Amino acid sequence: MGKCTERLYNGIVKENPTFVQMLGMCPTLAVTSSAINGAGMGLTTTCILVLSNFMISALRKVIPDKVRIPSFIVIIASFVTIIQFLLQAYLPSLNDSLGLYIPLIVVNCIILGRAEAYASKNKVLPSVFDGLGMGLGFTVGLTLIGMFRELLGKGCIFGFQILGDGNRLQNSSGIVKAIGNVFSLYTPITILVLAPGAFFVLAFLIAFINKRNAKKAAEALANGEEIPAVCKPDSCAGCINAACCGKLTAATAAQTVSKPVSVAEKAEMPKPVNAAEKAAASKQVNAAEKAAATKPASAAEKAAAPKPVSAAEKTEAPAPENKAADDKSESGAVNAEKNETVDAEAKAEKTSKADESSEVKADNNEAPAEKAAEDKTIKAADEANKNLDEKTVDKDSDIKLKETMAHIKTKKGKGGKR
Amino acid sequence: MNILLLAIGAALVNNVILSQFLGLCPFLGVSKSVNTATGMGAAVIFVMTISSFVTSIVYYGILRRFGLEYLNTIVFILVIAALVQFVEMFLKKNVKSLYESLGVYLPLITTNCAVLGIALSNVQSGYGILESTINGCGSAVGFTIAITILAGIRERIEHSPIPEAFKGTPIVLITSGLMAIAFFGFSGLI
Repeated sequence: MGKCTERLYNGIVKENPTFVQMLGMCPTLAVTSSAINGAGMGLTTTCILVLSNFMISALRKVIPDKVRIPSFIVIIASFVTIIQFLLQAYLPSLNDSLGLYIPLIVVNCIILGRAEAYASKNKVLPSVFDGLGMGLGFTVGLTLIGMFRELLGKGCIFGFQILGDGNRLQNSSGIVKAIGNVFSLYTPITILVLAPGAFFVLAFLIAFINKRNAKKAAEALANGEEIPAVCKPDSCAGCINAACCGKLTAATAAQTVSKPVSVAEKAEMPKPVNAAEKAAASKQVNAAEKAAATKPASAAEKAAAPKPVSAAEKTEAPAPENKAADDKSESGAVNAEKNETVDAEAKAEKTSKADESSEVKADNNEAPAEKAAEDKTIKAADEANKNLDEKTVDKDSDIKLKETMAHIKTKKGKGGKR
Repeated sequence: MNILLLAIGAALVNNVILSQFLGLCPFLGVSKSVNTATGMGAAVIFVMTISSFVTSIVYYGILRRFGLEYLNTIVFILVIAALVQFVEMFLKKNVKSLYESLGVYLPLITTNCAVLGIALSNVQSGYGILESTINGCGSAVGFTIAITILAGIRERIEHSPIPEAFKGTPIVLITSGLMAIAFFGFSGLI
């Protein structure tokens, strides 16, 4: 039972499909013009999630690996057709308001993603609860966004008008009527219930969540704990996964380097290379800063900091053009970019006259030991990248992330501008 | 005249992304640079035109004839998946250059809301075979316009001082919202 409740908690809070994983954006923006539509869509998706997870988990040992995705799609589409007929028969008003988006649940990233990520690898009962949890999380997300849009865009909550002229509160008496009179001064922001408003509401919601996550990450770092894993790159290809602020994507992108890459995920391949390389670069920069903490060489350090970053950014520009990426070219690119970074590093070191070692041992030697430092950093970079290649990333990425965060913190403290 | 109105309406007035909210995942994910955006747009035009054509033939030729309209969701998604697979194999063998440039986006389009959504709405609106194809092509052109404009804007705002919390997805969504407001201006066109 513990595993099942853990699945529920995971789906509703920890890996909420709308707020954390950013899956299923099409229905999120399209049907949330009112709260009841959002809730209806969410519950429909929950039904289909539970049923398809159940079926796929029950058949997981029978379905051959090569026809995995098409068979998932057939199973999901069959359930969607059944649920669509049930809605047409018993809830025609919901069917009319959801319209085209009910059959589009078939291609909802959440369902295919959970089938691929969980149901096809786990037993039936946990899969059912996983589907239930994700579906309820999705429902919560849709209902919240729908309530927000409906309240500010029309002044209604679930159809009851509260804000704006002629609201329900004015029909009562006493203090309720007084409140109603105050609320009637509100002019509804109509654009929120139209198409553009959906974009705006979602943008502000994600910005709010990003801020909270950044605070959490900074707190965890200050206490020396592990960064909470708020981003899990668990989505099907083509869906974005950027609910984390940019600081955390370095670690998760480094993690994705170690994951087996499907054909569809190749489109995002250039990112992990650069992000991992950035993480490696900033790790070295941070080591430099730690060593120089005892010896302030601020001007030279500032030169060191932007240099690897700009080298990384330069290589980022041609990288999206790189479409035919496989493991070999990945590690080759990483090594090539690492050499660039090392050159920039060597230059910066000559000016800073600070020795550094990526094992974070603070050597207080000066210029004569430069070459030894260079060799050490090259060796350490080699090791770091070898670790990436050997696909044992987790601990390293955690360390890199900690140092990236610290680096950013110290940068902010010095008032350094990018 | 009707066909032209249909095409313009599909591309601008009922823009597949900014009005109908179909195809948002690649819209937000692949719009980082203008080159990749136009590549994705070209792939979508290719797939959507052919799949609108084929699905309407399947609907009128097979499903309607045998009274099996209720199977259209399942049949359409399978047809689209198979079509993309065949197109990829055909291109890889015969038109290698096009395959290389479209390459990675073809499989991405299979699970895209846009292709299935347009195919289903063609059927729902009762379009014939020619009208379905024109509608599919026009919608895909609208998709390309929207994603290319967004990519151009994204390339510019990368160098702007965006507040920390808004970096990444939120600023892109706000941009898309502003674009949607701009596209409202087309609603009096037809």
